[in-house]
Amino acid sequence: MSDQSYPTTWRRPPQIVTNRRWRLALQIGILVYLVLAVGSIEVDWERVSIGLERGQRFVMGFLQPDFTSRWGDIYRGLIESLTMTLTSTVVGVLISVPIGIGAASNLAPAWIYYICRSIIAVSRALQEIIIAIFLVAMFGFGPFAGFLTLSFATIGFLAKLLADDIEEIDEAQAEAVRATGASWWQLVNYAVQPQVMPRLIGLSLYRLDINFRESAVIGIVGAGGIGATLNTAIDRYEYDSAGAILLIIIGIVMVAEYGSSYLRKFLQ
Amino acid sequence: MTEITHYSQTWAHRTPKARLFLWAGWAALVALFVWCWQLMTANTIWAFVWDAPRQAADIGSRMMPPRLSYLPELLVPLWDTLNIATLGTIAGVIMAVPVAFLAARNTTPSARILRPIALFIIVASRSINSLIWALLLVAIIGPGILAGIVAIALRSIGFVGKLLYEAIEETDARQIEAVEATGASATQVLSYGIVPQIMPAFWGISVFRWDINIRESTILGLVGAGGIGLKLQASLNVLAWPQVTVILLLILGTVVVSEWVSAKVRRAII
Repeated sequence: MSDQSYPTTWRRPPQIVTNRRWRLALQIGILVYLVLAVGSIEVDWERVSIGLERGQRFVMGFLQPDFTSRWGDIYRGLIESLTMTLTSTVVGVLISVPIGIGAASNLAPAWIYYICRSIIAVSRALQEIIIAIFLVAMFGFGPFAGFLTLSFATIGFLAKLLADDIEEIDEAQAEAVRATGASWWQLVNYAVQPQVMPRLIGLSLYRLDINFRESAVIGIVGAGGIGATLNTAIDRYEYDSAGAILLIIIGIVMVAEYGSSYLRKFLQ
Repeated sequence: MTEITHYSQTWAHRTPKARLFLWAGWAALVALFVWCWQLMTANTIWAFVWDAPRQAADIGSRMMPPRLSYLPELLVPLWDTLNIATLGTIAGVIMAVPVAFLAARNTTPSARILRPIALFIIVASRSINSLIWALLLVAIIGPGILAGIVAIALRSIGFVGKLLYEAIEETDARQIEAVEATGASATQVLSYGIVPQIMPAFWGISVFRWDINIRESTILGLVGAGGIGLKLQASLNVLAWPQVTVILLLILGTVVVSEWVSAKVRRAII
Protein backbone atom coordinates (compact mmCIF):
# COMPACT_ATOMS: atom_id res chain seq x y z
CA MET A 1 0.00 0.00 0.00
CA SER A 2 1.30 3.36 -0.96
CA ASP A 3 0.91 6.14 1.54
CA GLN A 4 1.14 8.82 -1.11
CA SER A 5 -0.54 11.90 0.24
CA TYR A 6 -3.29 13.19 -1.97
CA PRO A 7 -3.86 16.94 -2.23
CA THR A 8 -6.69 18.05 0.00
CA THR A 9 -7.89 20.82 -2.23
CA TRP A 10 -8.90 20.63 -5.85
CA ARG A 11 -8.84 23.34 -8.45
CA ARG A 12 -10.97 23.07 -11.53
CA PRO A 13 -8.68 22.80 -14.54
CA PRO A 14 -9.08 25.50 -17.21
CA GLN A 15 -11.59 24.44 -19.80
CA ILE A 16 -11.18 26.48 -22.95
CA VAL A 17 -7.57 27.60 -23.46
CA THR A 18 -5.48 24.85 -21.92
CA ASN A 19 -2.02 26.13 -22.80
CA ARG A 20 -0.79 28.24 -19.89
CA ARG A 21 1.25 30.69 -21.99
CA TRP A 22 -1.57 31.30 -24.45
CA ARG A 23 -3.92 31.91 -21.57
CA LEU A 24 -1.63 34.51 -20.08
CA ALA A 25 -1.10 36.22 -23.45
CA LEU A 26 -4.83 36.28 -24.04
CA GLN A 27 -5.52 37.80 -20.65
CA ILE A 28 -2.89 40.49 -21.10
CA GLY A 29 -4.15 41.23 -24.59
CA ILE A 30 -7.71 41.64 -23.35
CA LEU A 31 -6.54 43.88 -20.51
CA VAL A 32 -4.52 46.11 -22.87
CA TYR A 33 -7.46 46.36 -25.25
CA LEU A 34 -9.85 47.28 -22.44
CA VAL A 35 -7.53 50.02 -21.15
CA LEU A 36 -7.13 51.45 -24.64
CA ALA A 37 -10.82 51.22 -25.42
CA VAL A 38 -12.05 52.72 -22.18
CA GLY A 39 -9.40 55.41 -22.51
CA SER A 40 -10.74 56.48 -25.89
CA ILE A 41 -14.24 57.18 -24.61
CA GLU A 42 -14.84 60.84 -24.13
CA VAL A 43 -17.50 61.50 -21.57
CA ASP A 44 -18.79 64.95 -20.83
CA TRP A 45 -19.86 64.36 -17.24
CA GLU A 46 -21.51 67.75 -16.97
CA ARG A 47 -23.75 66.88 -19.90
CA VAL A 48 -24.50 63.50 -18.35
CA SER A 49 -25.52 65.04 -15.05
CA ILE A 50 -27.84 67.46 -16.84
CA GLY A 51 -29.15 64.55 -18.85
CA LEU A 52 -29.88 62.44 -15.81
CA GLU A 53 -32.60 64.87 -14.82
CA ARG A 54 -34.03 64.44 -18.30
CA GLY A 55 -33.67 60.68 -17.91
CA GLN A 56 -35.72 60.89 -14.76
CA ARG A 57 -38.43 62.69 -16.71
CA PHE A 58 -38.31 59.95 -19.31
CA VAL A 59 -38.72 57.26 -16.68
CA MET A 60 -41.65 59.22 -15.25
CA GLY A 61 -43.13 59.46 -18.77
CA PHE A 62 -42.70 55.73 -19.14
CA LEU A 63 -44.52 55.12 -15.86
CA GLN A 64 -47.28 57.59 -16.72
CA PRO A 65 -47.64 57.16 -20.47
CA ASP A 66 -49.80 59.62 -22.35
CA PHE A 67 -51.81 57.74 -24.95
CA THR A 68 -54.43 60.38 -25.68
CA SER A 69 -52.86 63.68 -26.74
CA ARG A 70 -50.99 62.25 -29.75
CA TRP A 71 -53.34 59.37 -30.36
CA GLY A 72 -54.07 60.41 -33.96
CA ASP A 73 -50.38 60.25 -34.93
CA ILE A 74 -49.75 57.07 -32.96
CA TYR A 75 -52.76 55.39 -34.59
CA ARG A 76 -51.64 56.37 -38.08
CA GLY A 77 -48.09 55.16 -37.39
CA LEU A 78 -49.32 51.88 -36.02
CA ILE A 79 -51.57 51.22 -39.01
CA GLU A 80 -48.64 51.94 -41.33
CA SER A 81 -46.33 49.67 -39.34
CA LEU A 82 -48.78 46.78 -39.14
CA THR A 83 -49.82 46.88 -42.81
CA MET A 84 -46.19 47.26 -43.85
CA THR A 85 -45.26 44.25 -41.71
CA LEU A 86 -47.91 41.97 -43.17
CA THR A 87 -47.51 42.90 -46.83
CA SER A 88 -43.72 42.78 -46.71
CA THR A 89 -43.71 39.38 -45.00
CA VAL A 90 -46.12 37.92 -47.56
CA VAL A 91 -44.19 39.30 -50.53
CA GLY A 92 -40.84 38.39 -48.95
CA VAL A 93 -41.93 34.79 -48.36
CA LEU A 94 -43.30 34.49 -51.90
CA ILE A 95 -39.99 35.67 -53.36
CA SER A 96 -37.77 33.73 -50.97
CA VAL A 97 -39.36 30.34 -51.67
CA PRO A 98 -38.02 30.06 -55.25
CA ILE A 99 -34.71 31.61 -54.18
CA GLY A 100 -34.48 29.19 -51.26
CA ILE A 101 -35.13 26.22 -53.57
CA GLY A 102 -32.53 27.58 -55.98
CA ALA A 103 -30.00 27.94 -53.17
CA ALA A 104 -30.33 24.32 -52.05
CA SER A 105 -27.42 22.37 -53.51
CA ASN A 106 -29.36 19.11 -53.70
CA LEU A 107 -32.11 20.54 -55.92
CA ALA A 108 -30.53 23.21 -58.10
CA PRO A 109 -27.73 23.08 -60.70
CA ALA A 110 -24.49 24.80 -59.72
CA TRP A 111 -24.94 28.07 -61.62
CA ILE A 112 -28.43 28.70 -60.18
CA TYR A 113 -27.08 27.76 -56.76
CA TYR A 114 -24.37 30.42 -56.94
CA ILE A 115 -26.74 33.13 -58.20
CA CYS A 116 -29.26 32.47 -55.43
CA ARG A 117 -26.61 32.23 -52.72
CA SER A 118 -25.14 35.57 -53.76
CA ILE A 119 -28.58 37.23 -53.66
CA ILE A 120 -28.93 35.90 -50.11
CA ALA A 121 -25.45 37.10 -49.14
CA VAL A 122 -26.14 40.64 -50.41
CA SER A 123 -29.46 40.82 -48.62
CA ARG A 124 -27.98 39.57 -45.35
CA ALA A 125 -24.87 41.73 -45.39
CA LEU A 126 -26.70 45.05 -45.76
CA GLN A 127 -28.43 46.53 -42.76
CA GLU A 128 -32.14 47.27 -43.01
CA ILE A 129 -31.48 50.90 -42.12
CA ILE A 130 -28.95 51.36 -44.90
CA ILE A 131 -31.27 49.77 -47.45
CA ALA A 132 -34.05 51.99 -46.14
CA ILE A 133 -31.94 55.13 -46.65
CA PHE A 134 -31.42 54.25 -50.30
CA LEU A 135 -34.98 53.16 -50.93
CA VAL A 136 -36.34 56.33 -49.35
CA ALA A 137 -34.07 58.33 -51.64
CA MET A 138 -35.40 56.40 -54.64
CA PHE A 139 -39.09 55.87 -53.83
CA GLY A 140 -39.82 58.89 -51.68
CA PHE A 141 -40.85 59.07 -48.01
CA GLY A 142 -43.54 56.81 -46.66
CA PRO A 143 -44.42 53.21 -45.95
CA PHE A 144 -43.87 52.02 -49.53
CA ALA A 145 -40.09 52.39 -49.11
CA GLY A 146 -40.40 50.59 -45.77
CA PHE A 147 -42.36 47.79 -47.39
CA LEU A 148 -39.63 47.30 -50.00
CA THR A 149 -36.89 47.37 -47.33
CA LEU A 150 -38.54 44.74 -45.19
CA SER A 151 -39.35 42.53 -48.18
CA PHE A 152 -35.72 42.63 -49.25
CA ALA A 153 -34.49 41.84 -45.74
CA THR A 154 -36.98 38.98 -45.46
CA ILE A 155 -35.50 37.34 -48.57
CA GLY A 156 -32.04 37.07 -47.03
CA PHE A 157 -33.32 35.63 -43.78
CA LEU A 158 -35.96 33.22 -45.05
CA ALA A 159 -34.27 32.00 -48.23
CA LYS A 160 -31.09 31.11 -46.35
CA LEU A 161 -32.84 29.17 -43.60
CA LEU A 162 -35.15 27.48 -46.12
CA ALA A 163 -32.22 26.47 -48.31
CA ASP A 164 -30.31 25.07 -45.33
CA ASP A 165 -33.43 23.18 -44.34
CA ILE A 166 -33.93 21.71 -47.81
CA GLU A 167 -30.31 20.59 -47.85
CA GLU A 168 -30.91 18.68 -44.61
CA ILE A 169 -34.04 16.77 -45.68
CA ASP A 170 -34.26 12.99 -45.42
CA GLU A 171 -32.72 11.83 -48.71
CA ALA A 172 -34.42 8.43 -48.47
CA GLN A 173 -37.84 9.98 -49.03
CA ALA A 174 -36.59 12.02 -51.98
CA GLU A 175 -35.05 8.90 -53.50
CA ALA A 176 -38.27 6.92 -53.02
CA VAL A 177 -40.21 9.58 -54.90
CA ARG A 178 -37.52 9.76 -57.57
CA ALA A 179 -37.65 5.98 -57.99
CA THR A 180 -41.29 6.22 -59.08
CA GLY A 181 -40.14 8.25 -62.08
CA ALA A 182 -41.28 11.59 -60.71
CA SER A 183 -40.35 14.78 -62.51
CA TRP A 184 -38.43 17.59 -60.76
CA TRP A 185 -41.64 19.43 -59.93
CA GLN A 186 -43.22 16.29 -58.51
CA LEU A 187 -40.06 15.68 -56.48
CA VAL A 188 -40.27 19.16 -54.96
CA ASN A 189 -44.01 18.84 -54.37
CA TYR A 190 -44.14 15.35 -52.84
CA ALA A 191 -40.71 14.79 -51.29
CA VAL A 192 -39.37 18.19 -50.26
CA GLN A 193 -42.42 20.32 -49.57
CA PRO A 194 -44.02 18.06 -46.90
CA GLN A 195 -40.71 17.88 -45.04
CA VAL A 196 -39.95 21.61 -44.93
CA MET A 197 -43.49 23.04 -44.76
CA PRO A 198 -43.87 23.09 -40.94
CA ARG A 199 -40.54 24.84 -40.57
CA LEU A 200 -41.31 27.28 -43.38
CA ILE A 201 -44.54 28.29 -41.65
CA GLY A 202 -42.71 28.65 -38.34
CA LEU A 203 -39.98 30.78 -39.90
CA SER A 204 -42.52 32.98 -41.69
CA LEU A 205 -44.31 33.68 -38.42
CA TYR A 206 -40.99 34.43 -36.75
CA ARG A 207 -40.08 36.80 -39.58
CA LEU A 208 -43.46 38.53 -39.20
CA ASP A 209 -42.44 39.23 -35.63
CA ILE A 210 -39.00 40.53 -36.66
CA ASN A 211 -40.49 42.67 -39.42
CA PHE A 212 -42.75 44.42 -36.96
CA ARG A 213 -39.80 45.21 -34.72
CA GLU A 214 -37.80 46.48 -37.68
CA SER A 215 -40.73 48.54 -38.94
CA ALA A 216 -40.48 50.49 -35.69
CA VAL A 217 -36.88 51.39 -36.58
CA ILE A 218 -36.80 52.22 -40.27
CA GLY A 219 -39.24 55.06 -39.68
CA ILE A 220 -36.30 56.98 -38.20
CA VAL A 221 -34.83 57.42 -41.69
CA GLY A 222 -38.20 58.29 -43.23
CA ALA A 223 -39.62 54.93 -44.27
CA GLY A 224 -42.94 55.41 -42.48
CA GLY A 225 -44.48 53.56 -39.59
CA ILE A 226 -44.46 53.97 -35.84
CA GLY A 227 -40.71 54.74 -35.82
CA ALA A 228 -41.35 58.10 -37.44
CA THR A 229 -43.90 58.95 -34.77
CA LEU A 230 -41.50 57.85 -32.03
CA ASN A 231 -38.67 59.88 -33.52
CA THR A 232 -40.87 62.98 -33.60
CA ALA A 233 -42.01 62.43 -30.01
CA ILE A 234 -38.43 62.15 -28.75
CA ASP A 235 -37.28 65.15 -30.79
CA ARG A 236 -39.99 67.24 -29.17
CA TYR A 237 -39.04 65.95 -25.70
CA GLU A 238 -42.57 64.57 -25.30
CA TYR A 239 -41.42 61.67 -23.19
CA ASP A 240 -44.88 60.67 -22.03
CA SER A 241 -45.98 60.12 -25.63
CA ALA A 242 -42.69 58.34 -26.40
CA GLY A 243 -43.26 56.11 -23.37
CA ALA A 244 -46.74 55.29 -24.63
CA ILE A 245 -45.38 54.35 -28.07
CA LEU A 246 -42.66 52.16 -26.57
CA LEU A 247 -45.19 50.41 -24.36
CA ILE A 248 -47.41 49.78 -27.40
CA ILE A 249 -44.42 48.33 -29.29
CA ILE A 250 -43.48 46.08 -26.37
CA GLY A 251 -47.11 44.97 -26.02
CA ILE A 252 -47.50 44.12 -29.70
CA VAL A 253 -44.18 42.27 -29.77
CA MET A 254 -45.21 40.23 -26.72
CA VAL A 255 -48.60 39.41 -28.27
CA ALA A 256 -46.92 38.49 -31.56
CA GLU A 257 -44.38 36.28 -29.81
CA TYR A 258 -46.94 34.35 -27.77
CA GLY A 259 -49.37 34.25 -30.69
CA SER A 260 -46.78 32.89 -33.11
CA SER A 261 -45.52 30.25 -30.67
CA TYR A 262 -49.14 29.17 -30.08
CA LEU A 263 -49.85 29.09 -33.81
CA ARG A 264 -46.70 27.08 -34.49
CA LYS A 265 -47.69 24.49 -31.87
CA PHE A 266 -51.17 24.37 -33.41
CA LEU A 267 -49.88 23.88 -36.95
CA GLN A 268 -47.29 21.22 -36.24
CA MET B 1 -68.84 -10.74 -50.97
CA THR B 2 -69.75 -7.44 -52.50
CA GLU B 3 -67.18 -5.18 -53.95
CA ILE B 4 -66.51 -1.96 -52.10
CA THR B 5 -67.39 0.84 -54.45
CA HIS B 6 -67.93 3.89 -52.30
CA TYR B 7 -64.25 4.74 -51.95
CA SER B 8 -62.81 7.20 -54.37
CA GLN B 9 -60.46 5.63 -56.86
CA THR B 10 -57.98 8.50 -56.92
CA TRP B 11 -55.79 9.17 -53.93
CA ALA B 12 -55.91 12.61 -52.32
CA HIS B 13 -53.64 13.98 -49.66
CA ARG B 14 -56.36 15.50 -47.48
CA THR B 15 -60.00 14.92 -46.66
CA PRO B 16 -62.47 17.27 -48.42
CA LYS B 17 -63.13 19.08 -45.14
CA ALA B 18 -59.45 19.71 -44.48
CA ARG B 19 -59.05 20.94 -48.04
CA LEU B 20 -61.95 23.34 -47.59
CA PHE B 21 -60.38 24.73 -44.42
CA LEU B 22 -57.05 25.12 -46.13
CA TRP B 23 -58.54 27.02 -49.08
CA ALA B 24 -60.56 29.22 -46.74
CA GLY B 25 -57.38 29.99 -44.81
CA TRP B 26 -55.47 30.93 -47.94
CA ALA B 27 -58.36 33.04 -49.22
CA ALA B 28 -58.49 34.88 -45.88
CA LEU B 29 -54.75 35.54 -46.08
CA VAL B 30 -55.04 36.91 -49.61
CA ALA B 31 -57.97 39.12 -48.59
CA LEU B 32 -56.01 40.40 -45.60
CA PHE B 33 -53.02 41.10 -47.80
CA VAL B 34 -55.07 43.08 -50.34
CA TRP B 35 -56.75 45.06 -47.58
CA CYS B 36 -53.40 45.89 -45.91
CA TRP B 37 -51.88 46.77 -49.26
CA GLN B 38 -54.63 49.28 -49.95
CA LEU B 39 -54.35 50.83 -46.49
CA MET B 40 -50.58 51.08 -46.80
CA THR B 41 -50.46 52.58 -50.27
CA ALA B 42 -53.33 55.02 -49.69
CA ASN B 43 -50.90 57.92 -49.41
CA THR B 44 -48.19 56.68 -51.74
CA ILE B 45 -47.25 59.07 -54.50
CA TRP B 46 -46.97 56.73 -57.46
CA ALA B 47 -45.14 59.25 -59.61
CA PHE B 48 -42.17 58.90 -57.25
CA VAL B 49 -42.35 55.12 -57.41
CA TRP B 50 -42.36 55.00 -61.22
CA ASP B 51 -39.52 57.49 -61.18
CA ALA B 52 -37.42 55.22 -58.95
CA PRO B 53 -35.31 53.47 -61.64
CA ARG B 54 -34.14 56.84 -62.94
CA GLN B 55 -33.35 57.96 -59.39
CA ALA B 56 -31.45 54.74 -58.77
CA ALA B 57 -29.38 55.23 -61.89
CA ASP B 58 -28.72 58.82 -60.87
CA ILE B 59 -27.56 57.92 -57.36
CA GLY B 60 -25.55 55.03 -58.74
CA SER B 61 -23.71 57.28 -61.17
CA ARG B 62 -22.98 59.79 -58.41
CA MET B 63 -21.68 57.05 -56.07
CA MET B 64 -19.32 55.64 -58.61
CA PRO B 65 -15.90 56.30 -58.37
CA PRO B 66 -15.59 55.85 -54.56
CA ARG B 67 -13.43 58.55 -52.96
CA LEU B 68 -10.73 56.35 -51.48
CA SER B 69 -8.75 59.31 -50.13
CA TYR B 70 -11.51 59.61 -47.53
CA LEU B 71 -10.48 56.29 -45.98
CA PRO B 72 -7.87 57.58 -43.45
CA GLU B 73 -10.50 59.86 -41.90
CA LEU B 74 -12.62 56.81 -41.20
CA LEU B 75 -10.13 54.88 -39.11
CA VAL B 76 -10.85 56.63 -35.81
CA PRO B 77 -14.64 56.28 -36.22
CA LEU B 78 -14.09 52.62 -37.07
CA TRP B 79 -12.11 52.13 -33.86
CA ASP B 80 -14.96 53.85 -31.99
CA THR B 81 -17.47 51.53 -33.63
CA LEU B 82 -15.51 48.44 -32.61
CA ASN B 83 -15.28 49.78 -29.06
CA ILE B 84 -19.01 50.48 -28.91
CA ALA B 85 -19.74 46.92 -29.97
CA THR B 86 -17.16 45.25 -27.73
CA LEU B 87 -17.63 47.27 -24.56
CA GLY B 88 -21.40 47.24 -25.08
CA THR B 89 -21.36 43.47 -25.40
CA ILE B 90 -19.25 43.08 -22.26
CA ALA B 91 -21.51 45.38 -20.24
CA GLY B 92 -24.63 43.72 -21.62
CA VAL B 93 -23.38 40.23 -20.82
CA ILE B 94 -22.44 41.25 -17.28
CA MET B 95 -25.96 42.57 -16.72
CA ALA B 96 -27.60 39.65 -18.51
CA VAL B 97 -26.07 36.88 -16.39
CA PRO B 98 -27.94 37.66 -13.12
CA VAL B 99 -31.14 38.30 -15.07
CA ALA B 100 -30.79 34.90 -16.74
CA PHE B 101 -30.29 33.14 -13.42
CA LEU B 102 -33.35 34.91 -12.02
CA ALA B 103 -35.40 33.97 -15.07
CA ALA B 104 -34.46 30.28 -15.25
CA ARG B 105 -37.05 28.08 -13.63
CA ASN B 106 -34.50 25.87 -11.85
CA THR B 107 -32.32 28.61 -10.36
CA THR B 108 -34.72 31.46 -9.63
CA PRO B 109 -35.01 32.28 -5.93
CA SER B 110 -38.67 33.24 -6.20
CA ALA B 111 -40.85 32.07 -9.07
CA ARG B 112 -43.69 34.37 -8.02
CA ILE B 113 -42.05 37.78 -7.96
CA LEU B 114 -38.50 37.83 -9.35
CA ARG B 115 -39.04 35.52 -12.34
CA PRO B 116 -41.80 37.62 -13.97
CA ILE B 117 -39.72 40.75 -13.41
CA ALA B 118 -36.69 39.15 -15.04
CA LEU B 119 -38.82 37.91 -17.95
CA PHE B 120 -40.25 41.41 -18.42
CA ILE B 121 -36.75 42.90 -18.50
CA ILE B 122 -35.80 40.38 -21.17
CA VAL B 123 -38.89 41.05 -23.31
CA ALA B 124 -38.62 44.84 -22.97
CA SER B 125 -34.96 44.81 -23.94
CA ARG B 126 -35.57 42.46 -26.86
CA SER B 127 -38.52 44.29 -28.37
CA ILE B 128 -36.80 47.67 -28.56
CA ASN B 129 -34.15 47.88 -31.25
CA SER B 130 -30.73 49.23 -30.33
CA LEU B 131 -31.29 52.21 -32.63
CA ILE B 132 -34.32 53.24 -30.56
CA TRP B 133 -32.35 52.74 -27.36
CA ALA B 134 -29.66 54.98 -28.87
CA LEU B 135 -32.26 57.58 -29.81
CA LEU B 136 -33.42 57.71 -26.21
CA LEU B 137 -29.95 57.69 -24.72
CA VAL B 138 -28.65 60.43 -27.00
CA ALA B 139 -31.50 62.58 -25.71
CA ILE B 140 -30.70 61.64 -22.12
CA ILE B 141 -26.90 61.45 -21.80
CA GLY B 142 -25.95 63.41 -24.87
CA PRO B 143 -24.43 62.38 -28.19
CA GLY B 144 -21.23 60.36 -28.16
CA ILE B 145 -19.78 56.92 -27.76
CA LEU B 146 -21.15 56.41 -24.26
CA ALA B 147 -24.75 56.56 -25.49
CA GLY B 148 -23.87 53.95 -28.11
CA ILE B 149 -22.25 51.62 -25.59
CA VAL B 150 -25.21 51.85 -23.21
CA ALA B 151 -27.67 51.33 -26.08
CA ILE B 152 -25.85 48.20 -27.26
CA ALA B 153 -25.61 46.93 -23.69
CA LEU B 154 -29.31 47.43 -23.00
CA ARG B 155 -30.28 45.69 -26.22
CA SER B 156 -27.91 42.79 -25.52
CA ILE B 157 -29.42 42.01 -22.10
CA GLY B 158 -32.59 40.60 -23.64
CA PHE B 159 -30.87 38.52 -26.30
CA VAL B 160 -28.16 37.06 -24.07
CA GLY B 161 -30.54 36.71 -21.12
CA LYS B 162 -33.11 34.77 -23.12
CA LEU B 163 -30.68 32.33 -24.70
CA LEU B 164 -28.75 31.90 -21.47
CA TYR B 165 -31.79 31.18 -19.31
CA GLU B 166 -32.94 28.59 -21.81
CA ALA B 167 -29.48 27.00 -21.57
CA ILE B 168 -29.71 27.03 -17.76
CA GLU B 169 -33.11 25.35 -17.87
CA GLU B 170 -31.73 22.66 -20.16
CA THR B 171 -28.87 21.69 -17.83
CA ASP B 172 -28.61 18.06 -16.79
CA ALA B 173 -30.31 17.76 -13.38
CA ARG B 174 -28.36 14.62 -12.46
CA GLN B 175 -25.02 16.45 -12.40
CA ILE B 176 -26.48 19.12 -10.14
CA GLU B 177 -27.90 16.42 -7.88
CA ALA B 178 -24.53 14.70 -7.73
CA VAL B 179 -22.88 17.92 -6.59
CA GLU B 180 -25.66 18.51 -4.07
CA ALA B 181 -25.19 14.97 -2.72
CA THR B 182 -21.63 15.82 -1.68
CA GLY B 183 -23.06 18.40 0.70
CA ALA B 184 -22.16 21.42 -1.42
CA SER B 185 -23.59 24.81 -0.55
CA ALA B 186 -25.86 26.69 -2.95
CA THR B 187 -22.98 28.74 -4.38
CA GLN B 188 -20.87 25.62 -4.79
CA VAL B 189 -23.71 23.93 -6.65
CA LEU B 190 -23.92 26.96 -8.91
CA SER B 191 -20.19 27.06 -9.54
CA TYR B 192 -19.53 23.30 -9.94
CA GLY B 193 -22.89 21.94 -11.07
CA ILE B 194 -24.43 24.56 -13.33
CA VAL B 195 -21.71 26.92 -14.56
CA PRO B 196 -19.54 24.25 -16.26
CA GLN B 197 -22.60 22.98 -18.12
CA ILE B 198 -23.59 26.36 -19.53
CA MET B 199 -20.08 27.66 -20.19
CA PRO B 200 -19.87 26.66 -23.89
CA ALA B 201 -23.37 28.07 -24.51
CA PHE B 202 -22.38 31.25 -22.69
CA TRP B 203 -19.30 31.89 -24.83
CA GLY B 204 -21.14 30.94 -27.98
CA ILE B 205 -24.00 33.34 -27.22
CA SER B 206 -21.63 36.17 -26.25
CA VAL B 207 -19.57 35.91 -29.41
CA PHE B 208 -22.71 35.62 -31.51
CA ARG B 209 -24.11 38.77 -29.89
CA TRP B 210 -20.79 40.55 -30.39
CA ASP B 211 -21.05 39.80 -34.10
CA ILE B 212 -24.60 41.19 -34.23
CA ASN B 213 -23.50 44.22 -32.19
CA ILE B 214 -20.72 45.06 -34.66
CA ARG B 215 -23.40 45.15 -37.34
CA GLU B 216 -25.70 47.34 -35.26
CA SER B 217 -23.04 49.70 -33.96
CA THR B 218 -22.13 50.70 -37.52
CA ILE B 219 -25.45 52.52 -37.87
CA LEU B 220 -25.89 53.90 -34.36
CA GLY B 221 -24.18 57.09 -35.50
CA LEU B 222 -27.24 57.92 -37.61
CA VAL B 223 -28.94 59.11 -34.43
CA GLY B 224 -25.76 60.62 -32.97
CA ALA B 225 -24.39 57.77 -30.88
CA GLY B 226 -20.85 57.82 -32.26
CA GLY B 227 -18.89 55.58 -34.56
CA ILE B 228 -18.76 55.28 -38.31
CA GLY B 229 -22.49 55.96 -38.62
CA LEU B 230 -21.80 59.61 -37.74
CA LYS B 231 -19.63 59.91 -40.84
CA LEU B 232 -22.32 58.19 -42.89
CA GLN B 233 -24.92 60.65 -41.67
CA ALA B 234 -22.62 63.61 -42.33
CA SER B 235 -21.85 62.40 -45.85
CA LEU B 236 -25.51 61.74 -46.60
CA ASN B 237 -26.49 65.16 -45.35
CA VAL B 238 -24.13 66.91 -47.76
CA LEU B 239 -24.96 64.42 -50.56
CA ALA B 240 -21.31 63.35 -50.79
CA TRP B 241 -22.17 60.07 -52.51
CA PRO B 242 -18.55 58.99 -53.32
CA GLN B 243 -17.81 59.13 -49.56
CA VAL B 244 -20.98 57.15 -48.85
CA THR B 245 -19.67 54.39 -51.12
CA VAL B 246 -16.38 54.22 -49.20
CA ILE B 247 -18.19 54.08 -45.86
CA LEU B 248 -20.55 51.36 -47.04
CA LEU B 249 -17.67 49.28 -48.37
CA LEU B 250 -15.84 49.65 -45.05
CA ILE B 251 -18.97 48.65 -43.10
CA LEU B 252 -19.44 45.65 -45.38
CA GLY B 253 -15.81 44.62 -44.86
CA THR B 254 -16.07 44.96 -41.08
CA VAL B 255 -19.25 42.92 -40.97
CA VAL B 256 -17.76 40.15 -43.09
CA VAL B 257 -14.61 40.01 -40.93
CA SER B 258 -16.58 39.97 -37.67
CA GLU B 259 -18.85 37.22 -38.99
CA TRP B 260 -15.80 35.17 -39.94
CA VAL B 261 -14.19 35.68 -36.51
CA SER B 262 -17.39 34.79 -34.71
CA ALA B 263 -17.89 31.63 -36.79
CA LYS B 264 -14.28 30.56 -36.12
CA VAL B 265 -14.53 31.17 -32.37
CA ARG B 266 -17.86 29.40 -32.06
CA ARG B 267 -16.58 26.39 -33.96
CA ALA B 268 -13.56 26.26 -31.64
CA ILE B 269 -15.74 26.39 -28.52
CA ILE B 270 -18.63 24.10 -29.39
